[in-house]
Amino acid sequence: MSVLNFGIKPGSRSGLRPVWEEPPTRAGLATKGVTLTLVCLAVLFPVWVVVVTSLSSVRTITQTGGLVVIPRGVTFVHYQELLGGGQVSRAALVSVGVTVIGTLFSMVVSVLCAYGLSRPGSVLHRPILLVIVATMFFGAGLIPTYLVVQGLGLTDTYLSLILPSALNVFNILVLRAFFMGTAQELVESARIDGAGDLRILWKIVMPLSRAVIAVITLFYAVGYWSAWFNASIYLSDPDMMPLQNVMQQLVIKQQKPTGLSQAINTGHLSPLAIQMAVMVLALLPVAVLSPFVQRHFKQGMLTGAVKG
Amino acid sequence: MAQSTTHAREATTGRAPSEAAAPAGPPPRTKKKAPARVPLRHRLRRDRVLLLMVLPALLLLLVFNYVPLIGNVVAFQDYDPYIADNAFQAMTQSPWVGVEHFRHMVEDRLFWQAVRNTFAIFAIQLTLFFPLPIALALFINSFVRPRVRAVAQAILYLPHFFSWVLVITVFQQMFGGAGLVAQVLRDHGHEGFDLMTDPGLFKFLVTFEMVWKDAGWGVIVFLAALAAVSPDLYEASAMDGANRWRRMWHIQLPALRPVVALLLVLQVGNALTVGFEQILLQRAAVGATASEVLDTYVWNTGLDNGNFGYGAAIGIVKGVFGLLMVLGANKAAHLMGEQGVYKR
Repeated sequence: MSVLNFGIKPGSRSGLRPVWEEPPTRAGLATKGVTLTLVCLAVLFPVWVVVVTSLSSVRTITQTGGLVVIPRGVTFVHYQELLGGGQVSRAALVSVGVTVIGTLFSMVVSVLCAYGLSRPGSVLHRPILLVIVATMFFGAGLIPTYLVVQGLGLTDTYLSLILPSALNVFNILVLRAFFMGTAQELVESARIDGAGDLRILWKIVMPLSRAVIAVITLFYAVGYWSAWFNASIYLSDPDMMPLQNVMQQLVIKQQKPTGLSQAINTGHLSPLAIQMAVMVLALLPVAVLSPFVQRHFKQGMLTGAVKG
Repeated sequence: MAQSTTHAREATTGRAPSEAAAPAGPPPRTKKKAPARVPLRHRLRRDRVLLLMVLPALLLLLVFNYVPLIGNVVAFQDYDPYIADNAFQAMTQSPWVGVEHFRHMVEDRLFWQAVRNTFAIFAIQLTLFFPLPIALALFINSFVRPRVRAVAQAILYLPHFFSWVLVITVFQQMFGGAGLVAQVLRDHGHEGFDLMTDPGLFKFLVTFEMVWKDAGWGVIVFLAALAAVSPDLYEASAMDGANRWRRMWHIQLPALRPVVALLLVLQVGNALTVGFEQILLQRAAVGATASEVLDTYVWNTGLDNGNFGYGAAIGIVKGVFGLLMVLGANKAAHLMGEQGVYKR
């Protein structure tokens, strides 16, 4: 693990440390290294245990008396059972569907709105901005929102998982700040060449804002993937539930997955490993995707503040 | 702000930083309006594509953020969801009860219990969570190798993207009755360790979970502020004989001051919202006495027990006091010479 590899010899100049800075002591370096490693392990160790246990066989789990820290062989039997149809595979499909469609919808609406408000001096943009930003200061409340969603007939449809939480005003403001920062000369010259606003957005502004679009897409996608509360109040059919809700039932409420209780009772499957496998399914997409976008986080987090 | 969409937002961007950088209130009036001689009609025609682009977002916010404001009338009604097929019709047909729900609230012991729990959790979070990202940022910033910093950040940011269900299940597998700690203790002859169902420790458990999930993510803002410090300052003070601790005290901490003030304002303004989803998920395990906060009480009375009017009334009280606290915290920041969320 590269965290452990500090490689800086005490007293040596790594070229990164400015000359006026006092050289680090050996004890100081060691303390810092150990501390950082421990902090990182506090994050990674629980994830490690979950992954290893989900890949362990029933026998290994029985021998260790529960959670497995040191792997003894790898088996995918629990994943095969979970993904071979039934409750969890359906929930995973629902989550993927809602996340993909929801993220696409949120991004289209947010990008259009951000661009529409990004030109200085355009008509009405100030009052519209005020109406949008004001929603950050008040929430209508859980009960009235629920009643409106119900009144619109959205309950028991997947739209209730997307529409009420489709927009994040902060994300719109970040996108807008970025769009305002793209070179106005390019935009102006494109307009003189006869390009309409949609074409300018698609051909010039968006390609120049790839970094921030990646970050905001990740934020929206993680939001949809992690959401469980809306499903818990708006959906009543257990077959429609997304993965997070099924995970809540299986792990927090300790229910057995429907259709697999036979295999669990006969000792073919371990209920613990099944819980762990569901957790791995839930963390896999975010753990795989978020590091790719990591270097842009700072931009995505801070631009809104500078230019709002 | 006990509203579902708000919580989804929190899940998306993380509470403190997301709102930290949020500009609020009307933007500064730097641009003059277009000259008055261009009639509004022509300007509307000129910018019609831009207006059309804004329309879908505006409609969504109107329907799911503004229309529900009107829905708050049920707080003054004995709302009966079964009186009509549709919530909107039921709203017009339910009998009015005036301020009955608010009067009831004053005498409701469970409500005051929820208020107490909310402030207790807020206080614990403020003292135990809030300073951690600052310390962590100073710590990471002290490493000179970009690679070490990048890897450490990648690892520390990761739990922020985990859902609350996942975070709580992870904690359950570590500290629950069948978790790893209990397993190790049992092997050494100690029985009955279970942090997840202990009402006495619940408020600390919630803070602990929050630290695991978001302390790393909170570092971003502070690291950015530290990166903006001019190296000349460090060098000059080093020449003057300041060691690394004095440089931290006299250069880095003052550089973080505006960011800390901003986040503190947001934290105080958000005091009534202390981890709704997180607490709701664990409510059954520890019982309502230890875990009920304002948001979960709204959920419990309104949606779980079907007393919509009373739930909405609590929601209104919470929303109004929440707004007052945001404004008050801002005022305090201004008085102390800091920027706050919006300008004076």
